Amino acid sequence: MKNESFKKGIKDGIPIGLGYLAVSFTFGMMSVSSGLSIWQAVLISLTNLTSAGQFAGLDIIVAGGSYWEMALTQLVINLRYCLMSFSLSQKMRRDEPWAHRYLVAFGITDEIFGVSASQEGKVSAFYNYGAMCMAIPGWTLGTLLGAISGSLLPDFIMSALGVAIYGMFLAVIISPAKKNKAVLLVVVAAMAVSTLFAVVPGLNKVSSGFVIIITTLVTAGGAAYLCPVKEDEVHES
Amino acid sequence: MSHNVYIYILVMAGVTYLIRVLPITLAKKEIVNPYIKSFLYYVPYACLAAMTFPAILSATASRISAVAGFGAALIAAYKEKSLLTVALIACGAVFIVERIMAFL
Repeated sequence: MKNESFKKGIKDGIPIGLGYLAVSFTFGMMSVSSGLSIWQAVLISLTNLTSAGQFAGLDIIVAGGSYWEMALTQLVINLRYCLMSFSLSQKMRRDEPWAHRYLVAFGITDEIFGVSASQEGKVSAFYNYGAMCMAIPGWTLGTLLGAISGSLLPDFIMSALGVAIYGMFLAVIISPAKKNKAVLLVVVAAMAVSTLFAVVPGLNKVSSGFVIIITTLVTAGGAAYLCPVKEDEVHES
Repeated sequence: MSHNVYIYILVMAGVTYLIRVLPITLAKKEIVNPYIKSFLYYVPYACLAAMTFPAILSATASRISAVAGFGAALIAAYKEKSLLTVALIACGAVFIVERIMAFL
């Protein structure tokens, strides 16, 4: 069972690792061109494992902002992990030792959360470990490669890899949206709200972390009010 | 850079881990409130949809190839292909469209 979960996690983690490789490559390049050492860039990726937060953090380091500003920015941008972590707290198997949760928590990223939330029934910590085994090396190695050389991969490969993560997100959300009208509503509404934030003057100044938090609260909250889920549906998902 | 880079990294990593670890370890009880349960059920879909669109439109070198990747991913996901397959089909569509555009 553990073995099976771990293998499934690794399989689902492959596209995550590939996508991370491309995104973190950019982070590595930017870090070094901003004056950080290769080692510092890699250390940030290894200890943070988050995209938006790291890019924002890099800006603050370069600008010489205060440590408080750093803490607050990370809090706001990464607040969505709080929602995901809470959601996972209900989703994780209860018969596995609680200590696993401290490790699983480190690997709560948008993508790993996405795949583990899409598993049927309760999810094992070993599934998350499998996904983390692909995601963490992908993220760290990509940073290292980007930091060492910005011109290692040709542009057209980088460009194509750029959509890998989104393709995966769509694979996670479209299938349930086909079967459940309320989920379809949530997906369409969330895309519409985040598009508003991208195009409406004034709203487009809101940082990407906040946009995700606000959109999630509004659309998931609205859907929970309008179409509360029946008991068995929650367990099936 | 007047501050210590390693303290910055410690603050970043510390805050980010705390956000991730507190809910999953502290929420010991199963939630029974139907509204909160429904909300948490919808969170991943809302969150992933918000992160995907419109961000996907600027994820590649050109808007046209991004739209192609988005369309290809939608069709593949609708046909219930696996995560890896959908991701690769999206990458492939972007690659092909950008190759074609290079000739135009």
